[in-house]
Amino acid sequence: MQEFSRKYFRFGIYLLAPIVLVWTYKYLTGGPKSELISSTDSISITQAIPETINYNFDVKPILSDNCYTCHGPDADARQANLRLDTKAGAFGYAKNLSKKPIIEPENPKGSALVFHINSTDPKTQMPPPDSNLSLSEREKQILEKWIAQGATWEGHWAYQIPKKAPLPTTEFSDWAQNEIDFFIASKIQANGLNPSPLAEKEIILRRLAFDLTGLPPSLALMDRFLQDESDQAYERMVDHLMAQPQFGERMASVWLDVARYADTHGYQDDLERVMWPWRDWVINAFNKNLPYDEFITWQLAGDLLEEPTLEQIIATGYNRNHKITQEGGVIDEEYRVEYVADRAITTSKALMGITVECARCHDHKYDTVSQKEFFSLYSFFNNVDEKGRIEYGETPAPFVTIDKNIAKEELSFLHLPDSIPKVELMVMEEVADLRKTYTLSRGQYDAPEEEVQPGTPSSILPFDKKYAQNRLGLAKWFFDEKNPLTSRVVVNRFWQQFFGRGLVATPEDFGNQGARPSHPELLDWLAVTFRTEDQWNNKAFIKRLVLSATYRQSSKQVDEVNKKDPTNTLLAHYPRQKLPAEMIRDNALVTSGLLNSTIGGPSVKPHQPEGLWEETTSGQGLTQYQPDGGSNRFRRSLYTFWKRTVPPPNMITFDAPTRDFCTVERQKTSTPLQSLVLLNDPQFYNAAKAIAKKIDTEPGLQTKSEKILKLFRTITLRRPTSEEKKLLNKYFDALLSNSAVSTENPLVDMALLIYNLDETTQKS
Amino acid sequence: MDPLHEHLINKNRRHFLQKMGLGIGGLALGSLLDPMGLNQGQTAADLLQTGPVPLPHFAPKAKRIIYLFQSGGPSQLDLFDYKPKLNEMRGQDLPESIRKGQRLTGMTSGQENFPLTGSVFNFKQYGESRAWISELMPYTAKIADELCFVKSMHTEAINHDPAITFFQTGSQQSGRPSFGSWMSYGLGSLNDNLPAFIVMLSRGSGRPNGQPLYSRLWGNGFLSSLHQGVQFRAGKDPVLYLKNPDGISRKERRQMLDYLAAMNEEQEKLFGDPEVANRIAQYEMAYRMQTSVTDVMNIEEEPDHVFQMYGPEALTPGTFAANCILARRLIEKDVRFIQLYHMGWDQHDNLPTQIAKQAKDVDQASAALIMDLKQRGLLEDTLVVWGGEFGRTNYSQGTLTDTNYGRDHHPRSFTIFMAGGGIKPGFTYGETDEFGYNVVKDPMHVHDLQATILNQFGVDHTKLNYKYQGRRFRLTDVAGNVIHSILS
Repeated sequence: MQEFSRKYFRFGIYLLAPIVLVWTYKYLTGGPKSELISSTDSISITQAIPETINYNFDVKPILSDNCYTCHGPDADARQANLRLDTKAGAFGYAKNLSKKPIIEPENPKGSALVFHINSTDPKTQMPPPDSNLSLSEREKQILEKWIAQGATWEGHWAYQIPKKAPLPTTEFSDWAQNEIDFFIASKIQANGLNPSPLAEKEIILRRLAFDLTGLPPSLALMDRFLQDESDQAYERMVDHLMAQPQFGERMASVWLDVARYADTHGYQDDLERVMWPWRDWVINAFNKNLPYDEFITWQLAGDLLEEPTLEQIIATGYNRNHKITQEGGVIDEEYRVEYVADRAITTSKALMGITVECARCHDHKYDTVSQKEFFSLYSFFNNVDEKGRIEYGETPAPFVTIDKNIAKEELSFLHLPDSIPKVELMVMEEVADLRKTYTLSRGQYDAPEEEVQPGTPSSILPFDKKYAQNRLGLAKWFFDEKNPLTSRVVVNRFWQQFFGRGLVATPEDFGNQGARPSHPELLDWLAVTFRTEDQWNNKAFIKRLVLSATYRQSSKQVDEVNKKDPTNTLLAHYPRQKLPAEMIRDNALVTSGLLNSTIGGPSVKPHQPEGLWEETTSGQGLTQYQPDGGSNRFRRSLYTFWKRTVPPPNMITFDAPTRDFCTVERQKTSTPLQSLVLLNDPQFYNAAKAIAKKIDTEPGLQTKSEKILKLFRTITLRRPTSEEKKLLNKYFDALLSNSAVSTENPLVDMALLIYNLDETTQKS
Repeated sequence: MDPLHEHLINKNRRHFLQKMGLGIGGLALGSLLDPMGLNQGQTAADLLQTGPVPLPHFAPKAKRIIYLFQSGGPSQLDLFDYKPKLNEMRGQDLPESIRKGQRLTGMTSGQENFPLTGSVFNFKQYGESRAWISELMPYTAKIADELCFVKSMHTEAINHDPAITFFQTGSQQSGRPSFGSWMSYGLGSLNDNLPAFIVMLSRGSGRPNGQPLYSRLWGNGFLSSLHQGVQFRAGKDPVLYLKNPDGISRKERRQMLDYLAAMNEEQEKLFGDPEVANRIAQYEMAYRMQTSVTDVMNIEEEPDHVFQMYGPEALTPGTFAANCILARRLIEKDVRFIQLYHMGWDQHDNLPTQIAKQAKDVDQASAALIMDLKQRGLLEDTLVVWGGEFGRTNYSQGTLTDTNYGRDHHPRSFTIFMAGGGIKPGFTYGETDEFGYNVVKDPMHVHDLQATILNQFGVDHTKLNYKYQGRRFRLTDVAGNVIHSILS
């Protein structure tokens, strides 16, 4: 019952009986509120107990979440000398327990585990009552059934080298556009659903353009596409859009979250830093289609390559994007340790899809990453001659100086404005005498214990002696063909970028507590394809994704699918998604004609409400927000100056992360504060005025209907339905007759309405 | 969830709300910001939530909280923790037997000696509770019997950024949700047109350019951004983007929203997306907020005697005193968590001059707020907390003269006070040694304070958790004990 009711808190209601719904209004009762719960097992397809229980998919998630804290990888926290994360442990005997083995295959009754999970005696019940954990009936049944079926044990799925399975068969093979679709369709079919037809041209091109360039297509491009009736029309658009320099901007804006890029140091007085040349390198790297293995290798170890170019050294700025403090009272070493740890944590999350920060203080509770292994990883990043506390106005060493000449000769992508003769950019550089690295007790800077050597978590892939014991060796390890994670993690992130949610819904956690892949064979197929056929070619891989019918299908939702698969895990329709913060603003800028499409350069300061920096500053550093004049106000949002302690409010309101640390997935919320931004931020109002003026003065647009149509199409890229036309015309007339409307031009109000239309902020 | 029930819920939700006479968007569940309790998307982490047990876990004593955060670290030795021994030993070095290897900040670790200094301000005992309070806080002294002083607070951090982050999120590293966000997440909102978690800032006159603040202190961390603190500001746009653009009247806006809703209903048909209804509701709540926030911020309608009570500064928008009146008005509207930050308590030098001004900023208004709540019958279930992120040293930073000294950060002991919300009035908890350096009786750690506050809201702090990156996080991390002896 409890398990049942939990799932309904999200809606603020209890389900008291399977059929009879008893509504309880939490506001009146003071009971639990919404939002507490939502669960992956809200999907019917995962509700039933499977015929054959799979250890990795069905059993381990239960053991990990409920048992590993005390019976898992953390040796110090282990109770009864029992670990359930290894086969030897799970099939052995616990200290001071009954004579039964923990698990005896095919014999649930003879297994101590079954006794303990069913016990109601607080002394023997597992998990114990004071753990605040409990197993549902379904979970108990799964464990018992698994044992009855022989308790087959497997290694963790994500740590097995991915292999290509043969393409599944499906009755929807006519629907399929490429291999991806066979994996998706066969699962849709198995669940008795149908995939959706291809989206209409107006919808798909807008979707595609946002995904590939972060901007909507121009109306001219849309018309070109609508007129092109050839079979290659869509693919031509894919090629065209991927060749635009805005492709690099779009791809970079995702990587900036991962790499925690910002324009300030982040702690305390939050002083300005210059990292934008690194940001411009990222944009350029995507535009010139630098293969992913090189993209990562340069960032991890560009400085250690043989005779590195300046560009390769600049790429290492990735590892200096962490926060840096200037606070007067701190101890230098304390913060230096923080920075090194940040690099290890960021790299693990971004490239391995595992979260290792807990192993800084103790062995990981859920995954086999020991504290020693954390510091082995940490040691790769521990050889920078850097300070923990910096002075005001100081560029933290090590850094490279880039002046106009160097930029011109070696860094063609970098445009130093005339006002800036040179910049100093933080980069990585090894000290001459390498530091020794020790495990730190409780992760504390002043409590070294045991010396460690550079290494990687052995459960993933031991660090081979053939690799140099430095960051370059680490980069090679990432791209070792036996590395099970690198490729899976990146293809999953690409998938998330185009479909809103990864095939592994927890892109930061491929470990025991993370989500299982919704389509494991597809994930592996993609991982192997990206590594072998595509040779880490980003554009080639992305093209596969967007050419698939899975991507191209309609987002229109039908009741039957919503009922059976409310979270759309099966992808029986394309998942409609809110646009990221940057796109929402950029869309207004470009459709209104205001956008300044300059690429790169120092970050810019568009309008923001007055006083935000002033009211929190100590008087040091960036005390006043001085908005830019001229067209710099209208640059794309990825160039907006990012002050970490007071980030741009309209970006944050639309779920952009603070950039304090590595973020691999943004939240997707919808709030009244977002409505207020869209309605009242002068940036949107000005866009409305600009587009209204443009349309009003466009020769050739004579009638009211023509103007309304053009306005609607420019922003939404589609023609209104007849019902919408009626409403828009009615609104136009109502504006003219509304004495409260002071604006001379009703098109302004109409434009603002369309900027607020649900569809405008969605990728449909 | 069983798909049939899911469907029934979706279908019935709107019907239910309408039947309850609330209308769509009339229901503020998780917080202000999720009017239908049905937020779209969510991160994968949300999808993995198994969720805490139902909240509240037991009958609450408090429903609302005002946290008067004194940013910078007020000197407990000059305000509340009376230590005559320090006056006797003035100028003598802090004995190592007392310091016991305590880490110092980089600002005094290089000092050759650590000259003890008592306060230049006079202390007296007040009320039946005989609480020691310095002459800097005369109004607070008058209400001593309403207050519960905790003289044994201690923390783990010694510098501002980690210490203030620790107080607000339970961790020294940024990234965890703030206290108010946890409350919004766990308990939701009590009203349907104001945020559950509101923040107001003011700048102290003691050290106007002291320590900065960071908006992550009221950030939602890994919780949904529905739970982020919403900053209310002095001036014409009290919530960011609240005001219609110049030239758009309220009537015109209403008309736009009506047509927008009609257009969005077409969208729902076109795309079959049930979330559209939720987003229509967001616009209605935004519209209501425009009135509700403007109304609540209009303190000019308060009678003169209120301004007299809170002090003359209350007439100036953006001051601590004005924010205190606003806090009371927000409490009357049933806002769950109101946090004021008053900056400027970082007296490294010129402490006597600075702290006198700083105390004057807050003394009268803090006391007035508590008494105002009391006379309106609101103190009973409203908890007021007053305090900073750490204390200050018993030795002088820099040169000690007859009339002047400074004090460095001190994490090992400091004083906060609380009132209302089921906390014992007229009570002092904990004790420091005669040097005012170490806690010698009844320590209260930051996590203990957090656990105790949550307890007053009927929340077991070990059960209010959120699974993120595979781990269940909570405000009190892995520690914290409810301090029952301060509960009434």
